Amino acid sequence: MVRFENVGLRYGMGPEVLRDITFSIEPQSFQFLTGPSGAGKTTLLRLILPALKPTRGLINLFGHDVAGIEKDTLTALRRRMGVVFQDFRLLEHLTTYENVALPLRVQGRDETSYRAEVIELLRWVGLGERMHVMPPVLSGGEKQRAAIARALIAQPQLLLADEPTGNVDPTLARRLLRLFVELNKAGTAIVIATHDIALMDQFDGARRLVLGDGRLHVYD
Amino acid sequence: MERVDWCSETGGSMSMISAWRDRLHDWANRMPRLVQQPWMTRLPWVVRSEEDPARHGQQPLVPAASIAGRALVTVIAIMTFLAGLTAGAAQLVSEASAGWRSSVAREVTIQVRPAPARDVDADVARAVSLSRATPGVTAVRAYTRAESERLLEPWLGTGLNFDELPVPRIIVLQIDPERRPDFGALRRSLADTVRGATLDDHRLWIDRLGTMANTLVLLGIGIMILVLAATGLAVVFATRGAMAGNREIVEVLHFVGASDDYIAREFQKHFLRLGMRGGAIGGACAAVFFLGAGALAATVVATPGGTQIQALFGTIDLGGGGYLAIAAIASVVAGLTAIVSRLTVRRTLLELG
Ligand SMILES: Nc1ncnc2c1ncn2[C@@H]1O[C@H](COP(=O)(O)OP(=O)(O)OP(=O)(O)O)[C@@H](O)[C@H]1O
Ligand SMILES: [Mg+2]
Repeated sequence: MVRFENVGLRYGMGPEVLRDITFSIEPQSFQFLTGPSGAGKTTLLRLILPALKPTRGLINLFGHDVAGIEKDTLTALRRRMGVVFQDFRLLEHLTTYENVALPLRVQGRDETSYRAEVIELLRWVGLGERMHVMPPVLSGGEKQRAAIARALIAQPQLLLADEPTGNVDPTLARRLLRLFVELNKAGTAIVIATHDIALMDQFDGARRLVLGDGRLHVYD
Repeated sequence: MERVDWCSETGGSMSMISAWRDRLHDWANRMPRLVQQPWMTRLPWVVRSEEDPARHGQQPLVPAASIAGRALVTVIAIMTFLAGLTAGAAQLVSEASAGWRSSVAREVTIQVRPAPARDVDADVARAVSLSRATPGVTAVRAYTRAESERLLEPWLGTGLNFDELPVPRIIVLQIDPERRPDFGALRRSLADTVRGATLDDHRLWIDRLGTMANTLVLLGIGIMILVLAATGLAVVFATRGAMAGNREIVEVLHFVGASDDYIAREFQKHFLRLGMRGGAIGGACAAVFFLGAGALAATVVATPGGTQIQALFGTIDLGGGGYLAIAAIASVVAGLTAIVSRLTVRRTLLELG
């Protein structure tokens, strides 16, 4: 569902952060994207979103070449993806509940049609008591869980998560990983960017995409 | 629904307040969901249970309160106020001119100039009987010599000996506006029978008044168009500012799958709210202005200066139509704000993409 061919990216006039990246993500697959800090994990995820244009190479999403993609197509593609940003990107003026419900709301769905679903997911990630507060009063871990819940709520076909367990304790990290695994069993392809080795070791069945020196090494 | 017991510590002495609170609470509960606004959640008697739909109420996606928003509301209010004033003034002028014109058009005058070796009084009498015989003339009144002289006093002062002045004599004819007399025929027969008599049907005045009033009304329309254009531009800038300020929100909305159209609609809703608030404030100020001016004019009418003002402008009373026009302007301004912001958002999103 995602295919990169010889993709290179540089920010402005800087050095190439990513070089000759070629790989693909299959439907219902599970992979960790790893590598040292500054290796370009976030950058790679931003290319999939797509929030960045590659400086060279081809990126194909769900069968569409991202170069010259129509806006409507892009919107449709994004509805098939869920994203957890490293810096969460929750909307500060909305409650946790409203933030999590956002992907459903922007599809124009009626609030009553998804309320139960959203509340259930919020309870599952342990935010049942915090659903009516605004993000500024949430702890880092709570924000992270809200961001994860927002990415999951629309049951995307592809989930991109950037350091989704960076701010939570190991127990909760395991619980969240289980959530991702359950989701994967239900058919969602998952990419988790992390440098948490312990987390990766908990799920051996996953592919590992390792970034180093701007290049990608794949370990199946 | 449950509610907080914020009076309970103070005990029974607060029972009256608590009874009131119950009533308010009751009232808040009975309101249909549509009417339940987000701000109501801040009211102490409206505490919502988890299953209460309004508790999950949908905050606008574009944050409602901002300094730029308040500035825009102020600009829109001022613009609406100015447009309302212009429209009201134009309406007053056109009504006053219509009033003058119809009262002027209900009268014509005959002037009889005294000539040497002629009996003016006889000439006046002949002109009066001729006028009376003309169909469409409902009343005829000849000013006496003394009255004619008094008409000149404001210009020439008192204490003058008018005997040496050939003061013209005035005959005022009231006419039936439905069945206007044939002035041509009257003029001809006057010329035949009374030398030195001229008929003035005020046509020139009426035309000039009409032109002046129309010019003022056109000017008013021009000013309104300028004001609306300025409002539109202010909204363009405000929208661009709001989008720059909420870039993060726009980006997140895109990533969670919002279409440009959806985002544009959200901004449009936001600006429609601002526009409605500004329009309502400005329109209300304009309406209050005219109400105040009318009341002030009514108290001034008792004084000599006041009667002149009233003679010029009639009473300063916009009437239902005028206030309706102000309300219409306020609505147009609000609608314009929404549409302009939507177009601006769509343009900006295209540029971003
Ligand atoms: N907007 C930007 N402009 C310029 N350089 C950037 C930008 N974003 C990232 N970089 C650079 O690109 C490189 C890769 O950054 P990236 O954020 O993708 O790393 P990462 O692998 O996600 O790191 P971390 O594990 O710390 O999150 C870094 O050297 C970073 O300085
Ligand atoms: Mg990163």
